[in-house]
Formats: sequence, structure tokens, C-alpha cells
Amino acid sequence: MASASIIPSLSIIDQLPLLTIVVPMIAAPLCVLFGNRHIAWLLAFIASLVSFLFSAHMLLQVIDGDVLSYHLGGWVPPLGIEYRVDAANAFVLLLISGISTVILPYARQSVAHEIKKVSHTLFYCCYLLCFTGLLGVVVTGDAFNVFVFLEISSLSTYVLIAMGAERDKRALTSAYDYLILGTIGATFFVIGIGFLYIATGTLNMADLAVRLADMGDNRTVQAGCAFIVVGMGLKAAIYPLHLWLPSAYTYAPSVVTVFLAATATKAAIYILLRFMFSIFQPEFVFELHTLTWIIMPLAILAMFAASLIAAFQADLKRLLAYSSVAQVGYMILGIGLATKISLSATIIHLFNHGITKAVLFMVVGAFVMRKGSSFIKNLNGLGKQMPWTCAAFVVGGLSLIGVPGTAGFISKWLLIDAALEADLWWLAMLIVLSSLLAVVYVWKTVEVLYMNEPDESIVIKEVPMTMLIPMWIMALACIYFGLNTDITLTSASVAVNSLLGGGAQ
Amino acid sequence: MIDVFPPAFFFLIAAGIVAFLPQGIFRSALLLLTPIVAGLYIYDLPHGVGGEVELAGLTLEMMRVDKLSVIFGLVFCLASFLGNLYALHVKDSIQQIAALAYVGSAIGAVFAGDLVTLFIYWEGTAITSVFLIWARRTEGAYHTGMRYLIMQIASGVILLGGTVLLYRETGSIAFDKMTLGSLATWLIFLAFGIKCAFPLLHNWVQDAYPAATITGTVILSSFTTKLAVYALARSFPSTEILIYIGAVMTLFPIFFAVIENDLRRVLAYSLNNQLGFMVVGIGIGTELALNGTAAHAFAHILYKSLLFMSVGAVLFRTGTAKGSELGGLYKTMPLTMIFCVVGAASISAFPLFSGFVTKSLILSDAAHEGYYIVWGILLFASAGVFHHSGIKIPYFAFFAHDSGLRPKEAPTHMLFAMGITAFLCIAIGVYPDPLYALLPYDVNYVPYTTTHVITQLQLLMFSALAFTVLMRTGIYPPELRSVNLDTDVIYRRFLPRIITKLRNIISGMWLFGTWFASRKVAKLVKTLHNSHGPEGRMARVWPTGAMVLWIAIILSATLIVNFI
Repeated sequence: MASASIIPSLSIIDQLPLLTIVVPMIAAPLCVLFGNRHIAWLLAFIASLVSFLFSAHMLLQVIDGDVLSYHLGGWVPPLGIEYRVDAANAFVLLLISGISTVILPYARQSVAHEIKKVSHTLFYCCYLLCFTGLLGVVVTGDAFNVFVFLEISSLSTYVLIAMGAERDKRALTSAYDYLILGTIGATFFVIGIGFLYIATGTLNMADLAVRLADMGDNRTVQAGCAFIVVGMGLKAAIYPLHLWLPSAYTYAPSVVTVFLAATATKAAIYILLRFMFSIFQPEFVFELHTLTWIIMPLAILAMFAASLIAAFQADLKRLLAYSSVAQVGYMILGIGLATKISLSATIIHLFNHGITKAVLFMVVGAFVMRKGSSFIKNLNGLGKQMPWTCAAFVVGGLSLIGVPGTAGFISKWLLIDAALEADLWWLAMLIVLSSLLAVVYVWKTVEVLYMNEPDESIVIKEVPMTMLIPMWIMALACIYFGLNTDITLTSASVAVNSLLGGGAQ
Repeated sequence: MIDVFPPAFFFLIAAGIVAFLPQGIFRSALLLLTPIVAGLYIYDLPHGVGGEVELAGLTLEMMRVDKLSVIFGLVFCLASFLGNLYALHVKDSIQQIAALAYVGSAIGAVFAGDLVTLFIYWEGTAITSVFLIWARRTEGAYHTGMRYLIMQIASGVILLGGTVLLYRETGSIAFDKMTLGSLATWLIFLAFGIKCAFPLLHNWVQDAYPAATITGTVILSSFTTKLAVYALARSFPSTEILIYIGAVMTLFPIFFAVIENDLRRVLAYSLNNQLGFMVVGIGIGTELALNGTAAHAFAHILYKSLLFMSVGAVLFRTGTAKGSELGGLYKTMPLTMIFCVVGAASISAFPLFSGFVTKSLILSDAAHEGYYIVWGILLFASAGVFHHSGIKIPYFAFFAHDSGLRPKEAPTHMLFAMGITAFLCIAIGVYPDPLYALLPYDVNYVPYTTTHVITQLQLLMFSALAFTVLMRTGIYPPELRSVNLDTDVIYRRFLPRIITKLRNIISGMWLFGTWFASRKVAKLVKTLHNSHGPEGRMARVWPTGAMVLWIAIILSATLIVNFI
């Protein structure tokens, strides 16, 4: 990098914030240039693995509360672009790169089954661009840079979803819908940033935080906040801005659904957290109003409405998509409560839900591969024919419900704890009640898998090991993070501290 | 991470291994050896707190070993051994695994040092035990199992709720002595109460136990309710309300037991009645009374298993446990008959049988502490027990009119199981010192004083006399005269009538309520389906314009909120 010559002391370790992004970004065009689908897959996997290792290393560096600040091109912020890594985004980086690394081995077979061979190189190229975009959104400390990376990830996502058209032509309309809505969302976001720039004259997040500190009454800032919340809310699929999500998840290729469900909304939630708590001061009156009157009601609405829709769904993939909307409700509920515990709950749920949904959507991908359908009525008695896949579904389902001993329990427990701490009894009850709806839709599927007799006598084989192993890595992670909470709890509490205090440093 | 190996894991691991072992000698050996190994291990455990595990910032104590938990752990192992021996002929993997996991959960709960660990095992006992009911594989058993499971899970959920509240209030999740007062402690009390079958919360016992498999009932009867007794003894000793709850518990099942025809159901009622004694002991809460509770639980698990085993053996050979269809079986099942009589004598607290040396601890202390009315009730209940369990069970099964049934004697392994249990019942009755040595507190109690023996014998003899006279004159069972001739009219006639009336009213209201609720729920689900179902307004794929409209609405809402 050019910066190395300007600041001679920089070693490879200091370059990590940038390298995490650059490696997949360079690998993406290489996939197309080589033009071989096997090499493309290998490149994607290696790039993802490298990013994962870098993210893990960065998390270790910042877990004690330190902040890594990388100056792009050697330009000193606030003028230059800054990549800023603290515990909060290191944790999200780890989630995104970790999920990607685990699902790529799974992707190989699933993509081969669902997408025609000619497009494979393009698929991996778009996948890597999307991956780069998501990482970039999280790693950057520059508000406008967020927008740029957001567009990189969004544009490639539209293509990835449209690739599902080979299975179902409706993928095209869903991709189109998402394109329209995603663009509006991104535009709103950039308008919001524009307002902030007008008010403060800076785009660096840390600098913004300092300059905004006494601008709580500024109408421009208030309008900017509203645009950012709605714009990012759309990307995060906050109910009722989720309308693009169910169709997009349903008709996208299985791997894309796994990846998007586990990472894309999570990155948006992270940006919301960053803006609401690092850049704007939580003490701002207008922000408190937004949290109380917009975020909280929408969160509760999501928890129930989306879960109810999920409970009635006939297509497992769509069911899980609606369940994702409901789970986003829990995450923004934590944002709405705006206490330290609730924000930890949001961050942990972001992580736990990521791994949980990864398992579940991978299982659906396996069903699609063997049965050619994700409709629940076509899954009769698969528990006997695909025992490992179905067992993974049960583990993921338990974690989704939040049964003790699984990851989902920890985050829901923290959320309930936060509600009780705020003396909101009814809210704690609502959280438990909405979890019961999760019992309904998980059980509904488990019953079909295990209690019903198989439809026909055709022998259905278990999916290959390359798919089973990633599935089970995630399933075991669901259990591991349900029993051992050291990593998640520590990271989350450090992350919350850096969110609340880090911006203004 | 864990410095003391929790004995519960013996069972849980064994349950896991059984799943992979083929049926046969090895599996049988494992089923029998696990409780023995675990029992010896528990006996040697050093007292103290251990097995600490960190979970979500809470410190869980998997192992709290003291005399109270050890005696329950030991008797659970013993009961598990006897139950598995009795069930040796069963070749149903589900039952074998469920039985082991169930015992494991119960033992885990007994050694739990905090409420979260307790909760986990508490739910464990619920989920594993229901398979013993479902193992009948009938439609009826399925529904009964569901009802049972709902009650048990409800108890667990209430326990969890109480734990969370307690943690918020006091910052502690210790599973230790509590005082009733806050909502948290009341919830925990209620959770224990459901499992302990408090009056009005008791129906699941009579509903579920007779519905399980023959061997399943034997296992079920030993653990769940005694676990609740342990939990109460641990958390709520000297809570006065327990004395009255216990007194009512000893009384009301008697009436139902006397008119009940299904012998296993009679035993389920008498189980309730026996629990009452233990609950009274906890309520009094002195050292002597708690000793009595622990001892009585120990003895009770043995003789109640013995009775369930003998009735189960009859059911196994004849296919029925209905008193009206049995009779005269002593001719072909003499050994089973003898064991049944031993169990009956124990439950009726005959001198030289186990019930006598344990029940008298509680009775003496009730009198000693000045609860004379309660003492009287307990005495009356003892007589009642003698009627419905002591006499009715053996009489109708093995004697009475000859039903003409000539079944074979019970299988050898059942006879062994019953024989060992019967031996223990007598051994404890004759030589109670080893049992007394296990009790939580030091015992300076001599059961065999002249007064005790005479009182008890008088009570029993007069009951027996009454029964004989009534049988001879043909009045029993529809009209029943009992020991206490003054009060029996109230207790035997008016009370049942009032109870029946009340029951009709309550069940009427309940039926109406459920009918109303189910209609409402059905309607609600239909409405929800219309709005949220796949074709509903909420779940439809919206046109792009409508989606954008929503964005506009939310944006304006946010702007308005921000600008106010």
C-alpha cells in the first residue's frame, strides 16, 4: 500500500483493517478473469478465510477496549478516510467473515445444483463483492464511505438474488423490488448524511460525534437522523420496512439466502447502533423520542406480526424469512430500550441469530437439493431419510425459540433482563409470549419432518459431507455459544462500552 | 470446570449408551448397574458445595452435597434399581432410555445448589417422564401424556419466572431456605406445589400415573412428587401454611380412593395422602419433623413402589387392575399376594413395618409442637390409609369373591424386585437405625414405645374390625362406616356430597370456560389466518408502490416525532 512509505513504521498487522476488505475485493475480479468455476470457488474461499483470520486477529487486539485507527492513503482524519475498528465492529466483522467462511464449502454443491455452470464465476465474483461491501460498511469510520460500501453490497445482492431465476422466475421481480426499495433506502441514508454534513462540515464518524455534541436542537440534524434511521431501517428490515425481504429470501439461491440472512441485516443493525449511540448522543431529546415512539413500537409489532405470519406460512424458506423479520424485532427492541444490558442483548442476538439462521437456511438448502422444494408439505418424514440434516434443523429451531442450552436463550434472557431492569414487566411478558409463536412454527416443521410418514418410496439420500459439515459446525456453534458465554458476553459488553464512549474519544 | 462429578451424569451417560446398545444381556446389565454405581458413589460423596459452572454471568452449583440431598439421592438410586429390575422384561428402548434420563434428572435436581440448575433438571424430569406415559402408544395415553406434560412444564415455567424475579429482587439464585412473602417466593412455592400435587393442583397424579405402562407407573410414582417434597423441605421448612395444606392433602384423597375401582388409581390417591404427611412434616419444620419427612419419603418410595409393583404384576398377568373384576388371585399368585400385604402393612404403618417408624416421627412431632387438630387429622388419615390401601388393595385383588381368574405367578425378575423391596420395608421397620443414621439431623427417637405401639394397634385393629363387620354385613363399599363414628357422617357422607356438588359446579364452569375459550381461540386463529396467513393481507407480496408508501409513512412519522 502507498501508505506504507509515508508512515514507515506500519507493519502488516497495522494494515489489517484495510487488508480485510482489500483481499476479497481483489479476489472478486480475479474470479471472472480466471474464468474457471473451480478456481473461482477456491479464490472465494481463500479470500473469505483470510478475512476471517484477520478479523479474528483484530478482535483479539481490541477486546480490551483499544481502538485500531487506520488512515487510508496516509491522509489524517477528519479530512482523510479513516477505518476504525473497535470491539463493536470487530465482533460484527468476525460474524460476517466467519459465516462466509463456513458456508462457502456448503456453497460449492448447492450452487452447482441450483445455478447453471456458465454463471458460476460470476456468482462467486458477486458473492465476493457483496462480502466486501458488508465488511466495508462495518469497518469504515467514515459516514460517506458507509454509503459507498452499502451500494457495493446492495448492487451485488440484487444480482445474486436474481440468479435464483433458474429455479423460480419470481426471483427477478423480487430482485427488482429490492432494487427499488434498496435504492430508496440508500438514498435516504445519503440524504441523512448530507444533512449532517451541512450541519457539521465533516464526514468522519468520530469527528461528527464531537461536533454534534451540542447540536441537539438543530432541525437539520434532526431531519438527518430521521432519514438515516429510515434508510438503514429498510436495509435492516425493520417491520414494516421489511416488505422486500420475504420474497428476496424465498426466491434467491439457497446459499445467497443463508449468507444474506446471517449477515446483511446484521451489518445494517450495526450501522444503526453506531449512528444512534456513537454519533448521535443518546441524551438527545429527539433521539429518545425516536427510540420510544418509533423503534420500540415497531420492534414489538415485528415480534408478533412477523411471527404470526411465519406461523401460517406453507413454504419453509418464506417462513424462516418472516421469522428473521421477527428476530430483527428483538434486536431493535434492544436498541429501543437503550440501556447497557439491552444493547449487549442486541449485539449478542445479532451474533446468535446469525449462526442460528445460517443453520436453518442451510438445512432448507439441503431440502431444496434433495426434494426440489421447500414447501413444508413436501418434507414429510424426511427425519428418517436425512437424519443429520433434520437433526441440525432441530438444533437450530431450538436456538431460534431460545431454549436453555442454546445460543438463542442467552440473548433472549439478556433482553428479558434488560426489560425487567427498566421495570417494563409487560415487555418481558411480550418477549416470552412471542417466543411461544416461534415454538409454533418450529414445531410445525419438526412435526412434519419426524411424525409424518414419508410420501413415496423413492430413496432420498442424505446431502454430501461438504454440506453436512458446515451445517453442523453452525449447529454446534449454536450449542457452544449457549453453554459457554465468555466470548459473546465479553465482546458484547466491551462493544457496548466502545459504542457509547468510543465515538467521542 | 467441574470438580465433583455429578452423579446425575451416570444416568444421563448410561441413557446415551443404552440408545446404541442392542437389546440383551449388556443392556440389562447396564440398566441395573448404573443405579448401583451411582448409589455407592453418592454414599461416599464428601459433603460440601462443588461443580460450579459459569453461565451467562451466573455461578451455577451443580453439586450441593449434604445429608438432606444424599438421602434423597440414595433412595432415588434404590428406587431406580428396583424399578429397572422390575421392568427387566420390557424390550422398549424408549422406556429404558426415558427411565434412566428421568432418574438422572431427578437426581440432578436433588443435588442442584441453585435455582437455575434446579430449573433445568426440573424440566428434564418433565420431558423425560412423559415418554413413560406415551410408551403405552394409545390415543388415550397420548392425550393424558400431553395433559401431564402441560402441567409439568407449567410448573417449570412458573419456577423460572419466580427465579428471575428473585434474582432481580435479591441478586441471588440460591436454592435455599426462603420465606413466603414476595411474588417471587410465591411463584416458586406454587411451582413446587404443582409437582407436589397440592390440593386442587393434584389431578395430574391420578390422571397420569394409572395411564402409564405397568413398569412406567412404578418408576413415575417414585420421583416427581418426592423431588417436589425435597424442594419444599429445602426451601420452605417451618412455613405454617404447609401444615394445613398437608393436612388437607392427607384427608381428601381418602374419599376418592374409597369409591375408586381401578386399583392403580386408588394407589395414586393414596400417594397424594402420603405426600400430605410429608408436607405437614415440612410445615412443622423442626429437626424431628424434617427427619420424619425425609424418612417417610424414603420409606414411602419403597412401599409405594412395592404396591404399584404388585398391582402391576396382577395387571401384567390378568390384563386388568379393576377391583370389581379381580379376586381370589392368592391361589395362583401367592408370592405377589404376600409382597402386596407387606406393602399394605407398611403403608398402614403396622408396627415392625417401615411406615410405622417413619410416620410416627411426623405424628409425634405434630403432637409435640401442639398442633392437636392436625395431629387428629393425621391420625384419622392414617386410619383412612389403612382402609383404602391397607385393606382394599390386597383384599380386592387377592381375596374377596373368587373371580375365577387363575393367572400364573408373576415373572421371576418381578418377584425379585418385589421381594427385595418387601425385605427392605420389613428391615426398616424392624431395625430403623441405619435409616435414622442417614437422616439430615441427629435422631433421638425411639419408635417402639408401648404408647406408640398400642395407639397404632388400637387404631388399626378398630379399623380392621370396622371393615370386617361392614364386609360381613354387606355394607361396604357403598356405605362406609369408619373408625370415628361421631364424625364419619360428616366426613363420609356430607363432605363427599358437598365435594361432588362443588366438583360439578366447578367442572361445569370449567367446561363452559374451555368451550367458550376454544371457540374464541378457533375464531381468533381464523381471523389471524385471514390476515396473516399465506394469502392474507399481511403476508401478500405487495406491489412496489405500496412498499414505497410505507417508507414514506415511517419517514414522516419519524420526522414528526423528531421535530416535536
